[in-house]
Amino acid sequence: MDALVVTSRKAEIAAGVRASLAAGLGMYPIGLAFGLLVIQAGLPWWVAPALSIACFAGSLELLLIGMIAAATPLATIALTAFLVNFRHVFYAFTFPLHVVRNRFALAYSVYTLVDEAYAVTAANPRGWTSWRLVTMQAAFQFYWVGGGLTGVLVGSLLPARIEGLEFALCALFVTLTLDACRSRDGVPSLLLAALSFSIAIVVAPHAALFVGLLLFIATLVARYLVVRGRDA
Amino acid sequence: MLDLKYLAAVLATVFVINLALRAVPFAILQPLRKSRFVNTMATWMPVGIVVILAASTFRSVAGDGSRLAYAAFAVVLTVGVHLLGGRRTLLSVGAGTLAYVLLVNAL
Repeated sequence: MDALVVTSRKAEIAAGVRASLAAGLGMYPIGLAFGLLVIQAGLPWWVAPALSIACFAGSLELLLIGMIAAATPLATIALTAFLVNFRHVFYAFTFPLHVVRNRFALAYSVYTLVDEAYAVTAANPRGWTSWRLVTMQAAFQFYWVGGGLTGVLVGSLLPARIEGLEFALCALFVTLTLDACRSRDGVPSLLLAALSFSIAIVVAPHAALFVGLLLFIATLVARYLVVRGRDA
Repeated sequence: MLDLKYLAAVLATVFVINLALRAVPFAILQPLRKSRFVNTMATWMPVGIVVILAASTFRSVAGDGSRLAYAAFAVVLTVGVHLLGGRRTLLSVGAGTLAYVLLVNAL
């Protein structure tokens, strides 16, 4: 009986590692770039693992490097973190958290609910067990933190700063915009966002991100009220 | 030098916000699922947020304007590679970044 349980646990851990590999192939190099950027921004090396442990969320961590280096006010950081990671609210709808029973495993599974973990479970909704799910998530964090540590090592071995590497973050958001806007339905939001940020640059050039994000949310609420009024 | 108090405050802030965004929905799943406002915002928000982040990072890369042309070229290249290269993020980001680094250092 016990031998059987151990075998099935081993099989589930192996299945969790297998489930993590495809996405991990993308996470490791981005983690490496993240570590490299931490060094390039002039921050100490341990900021990379500290950020990946405090908030395991790739694109936000990348944004935070520049924000920390520029001593951005906490309110802007909080608003950015809230809006950039707001999408996580909807992961709860389908994420198979109900298979996890152990309290610590449950907490860990929620804490490491990254885009990749959501995407893999959304693509394969069946067959998840506690060990498989949590192993996959732990593997994701391992690839990401490992990539970050590799990046800070590479960064500290480089003889000089590579000028222009910070463009990677801009390029990442450009590709994310293209992926988020695949149909015409995205165009109104795109225009409202562009308008909001343009106004923000003019009225608050030193807090453009903060003001731009707030304006954008305000325009979306207005749009919601208009659309609802029309439908009613 | 980096202010450790500031850094600790940043880490604590993002830890709490990030964890709350992931944990709270499991506790209030039913009302969230039914809320038309929340669901509408969910479909409208992402593209606008990422385009603002793209514009904001572009602004800090372009700086005082001296590198505006290089950054604009690299964005066009990133878009082109992404759309023509089958939306492989690593490839598109890699190509755009490499082009920008070469332009900034060589010219």
